[in-house]
Amino acid sequence: MEPENVRKTCLHSRHVALGAHMSPFAGFDMPIEYAGLDTEHSAVRTSTGVFDVSHMGEVLIEGPEAEKFVNYIFSNDVTAIAPGQILYGMMLYDNGGTVDDLLVYKNSSTSYFLVINASNIAKDLDWILLHSKDFDVTVTDLCERYGELAVQGPESERILREVLGIEAKDLTFYTFRKIDMDGEEIIVSRTGYTGEDGFEIYASQDMTCRLWDKLMDAEVAPCGLGCRDTLRFEAGLPLYGDELTAEITPLESGLGMFVKLDKEQFLGRDALRKQKEEGVTKKVVGLELDFPGTARHGFEVLDMDGNTIGEITTGYNSLTLGKNLAMALIDARYSAQGTPLQVKIRRKTALAKVVKKRFYTPNYKK
Amino acid sequence: MTLYLPSHEYIKVDGNTGYIGISEFAAKQLGVVTYVDMPEEGDEVVAGEEFGAIESRKAASDLFSPVTGEVLEVNEELADDPTLINKDPMATWIIKVSIANPAELDRLLNEQAYADFCAEEGH
Repeated sequence: MEPENVRKTCLHSRHVALGAHMSPFAGFDMPIEYAGLDTEHSAVRTSTGVFDVSHMGEVLIEGPEAEKFVNYIFSNDVTAIAPGQILYGMMLYDNGGTVDDLLVYKNSSTSYFLVINASNIAKDLDWILLHSKDFDVTVTDLCERYGELAVQGPESERILREVLGIEAKDLTFYTFRKIDMDGEEIIVSRTGYTGEDGFEIYASQDMTCRLWDKLMDAEVAPCGLGCRDTLRFEAGLPLYGDELTAEITPLESGLGMFVKLDKEQFLGRDALRKQKEEGVTKKVVGLELDFPGTARHGFEVLDMDGNTIGEITTGYNSLTLGKNLAMALIDARYSAQGTPLQVKIRRKTALAKVVKKRFYTPNYKK
Repeated sequence: MTLYLPSHEYIKVDGNTGYIGISEFAAKQLGVVTYVDMPEEGDEVVAGEEFGAIESRKAASDLFSPVTGEVLEVNEELADDPTLINKDPMATWIIKVSIANPAELDRLLNEQAYADFCAEEGH
């Protein structure tokens, strides 16, 4: 019996009909794989696949002080972008730990659209509402309003044109456009979480189902959360809960380029300025293992003398690269590339070395 | 005679020797096997306790022993090609063990009981 509090996206019955392996994720019963993780992973790297990411949360911030407010709760600088552009960044606690990582879509200086992680929706909404009190803004929870599809892979621009009738040739990386689809305004952005070119489409639940059906009729591969994780991992992209948590700052996670320490006051700024000055004591690094077994989240990382110096945050046998790789949060003194380390894999100890964590070079259309 | 644990390990019984692997159902659920973490020859295994693990990109599952005994041999071919398990899981045993206490076999599922169990779990 399914627990009653498990939520379903608008595409749930379609996933079940496709024979997907379903599993709870962030409170939603989500497809983990359809044809198989490896097949889906390859489809995104070599052609195109579509993900149901309707579990992601959407929040609209509007009002005369929308820009001032978003810049106060967000690590990146939204005054630096024009309407139609998107920024990635974090919301931070006062101590610099991460509330969530998110995308901010700029409609105008009085309207911003935030896309947040499913696992953090309730926490983020509380956080945003709490801090919005001192600003002239309205916060609208649009999580139920929108479904979301991610069409990802080198063929995705053509798929959008030929299958969905969306011309996105001139849409560059991290920009978006609102378009009319059968009388409904939908949002199309050139973004994703796979390290490939691709798009994310936000539309009503009904429209999301219609777009999904068109993609299925055109035999675009349905892809589950299983390969969403292996793909983002290869591209060195963080997952909240693994490489970013309330205890991990963006500087520790190697995401300093998304933190504008020189902009006006924002939550977490002072702690991160101090951390930058003093230097981080722990850091997320890439590891390449000389061992066949996978380094899973939570496995211990040791120095060559056997002292524990950190733990694995994510690990996979990389399909694209044919290497056994991991990301790990370790003592920063060991973070230089090439440093030999060990990973405890159940009863065995694997040799590893520190490597660049962007294992796979993304193919974005800049 | 082939018997099963609800955790999807099988044991093919040949006198006092058993060949332990994972079922078709389990292999299918797991997907392409990337690694099998095996014990060493001479290690003790205990009925119902973990003796190793099997991994795919999707998941890592502990392997449980249907019986108590000693590891007589590990399937070294799996070190080179763990996907042999996907090709023919029932013919690809992981470890060969001695069966110290044949009475333990009575607690395992037979073919029919296991098939019913999988049908139930598949829903």
